[in-house]
Amino acid sequence: MAYEPSEEPVALKILVAGGFGVGKTTLVGAISEIRPLRTEEVLSDRGIGVDDIDGVEGKTTTTVAMDFGRITIREGLVVYLFGTPGQERFWFMWDELSYGALGAVVLADTRRLTDCFPSIDYFEQRGTPFIVAVNCFDGAEEHEPEDVRIALDLDPGVPVILCDVRRRASAKVVLVTLVEHALRTLTPAAG
Amino acid sequence: MRARGEQWLDEEAGPIVRPYALIRGRTRSSGDNLDLIAMVTATGSPYTGEAGLVPEEHRILELADRPMSVADIASEIDLPLGVVRVLLGDLQDKGMISVRAPAHEAGPRPNERILKEVINGLRAL
Repeated sequence: MAYEPSEEPVALKILVAGGFGVGKTTLVGAISEIRPLRTEEVLSDRGIGVDDIDGVEGKTTTTVAMDFGRITIREGLVVYLFGTPGQERFWFMWDELSYGALGAVVLADTRRLTDCFPSIDYFEQRGTPFIVAVNCFDGAEEHEPEDVRIALDLDPGVPVILCDVRRRASAKVVLVTLVEHALRTLTPAAG
Repeated sequence: MRARGEQWLDEEAGPIVRPYALIRGRTRSSGDNLDLIAMVTATGSPYTGEAGLVPEEHRILELADRPMSVADIASEIDLPLGVVRVLLGDLQDKGMISVRAPAHEAGPRPNERILKEVINGLRAL
């Protein structure tokens, strides 16, 4: 029996970026059902030298495990959350992941703010709408979003919010803020 | 296929049949550029070839009875994405699945109505 939808299904993609250990997977898990995805990629030149492949003649691929989350808004409208691999040697996957993405959440840890510079540069260059969500870790000093904006040299239009990625309610606010921002970039008159 | 009942090899050992054996060592196919969120739907067309389908292809056809994303299919059948793309490319060439590119390929970004629906849906979670 062929499936006959009343309306074509729509899938949207949101990226979650930021430095290693900043809480990307926690954020995805707080708001969606996490699913594992295995990718086996051809080693780029960048990967060689990082992976010790001596003695493994002919090994030209490496396995990259990544998670993604899925939020069903309604039947036929699904939002996928993809965490971008943190290590630099997996940057070749970013182009694929970010192609056509609705937008990106850059998670920042104020104790290691520089970790999110590469993500911000990347999305700025590609013109992907993004927001910066500062994950407030226990014991981390609270910072004003405006201080973070200045430290990261962000455009005034880029939203900066504080969040606790372990909390579902907070993760919801993060995603809503991003989609609202993406909507504003669609309608420049409102900007 | 990995024998799930017998745990004499752990996950680290990898599958007993190397994934790329499934696709006869090929790493290129018409499925290479399938987007992670492209929607795959079984067309219901019967198989007309002679070589037969591998079990994983049957599984994909079952999963895609209703539209399912490339990422979801890869996760379900627990094979590397590259392998899944080759299998999907083969099935597409045989006319057994149709693949619908995500909305962004039809236009620059999703439309306003959809985004508003997403915002309301997220708030209601």
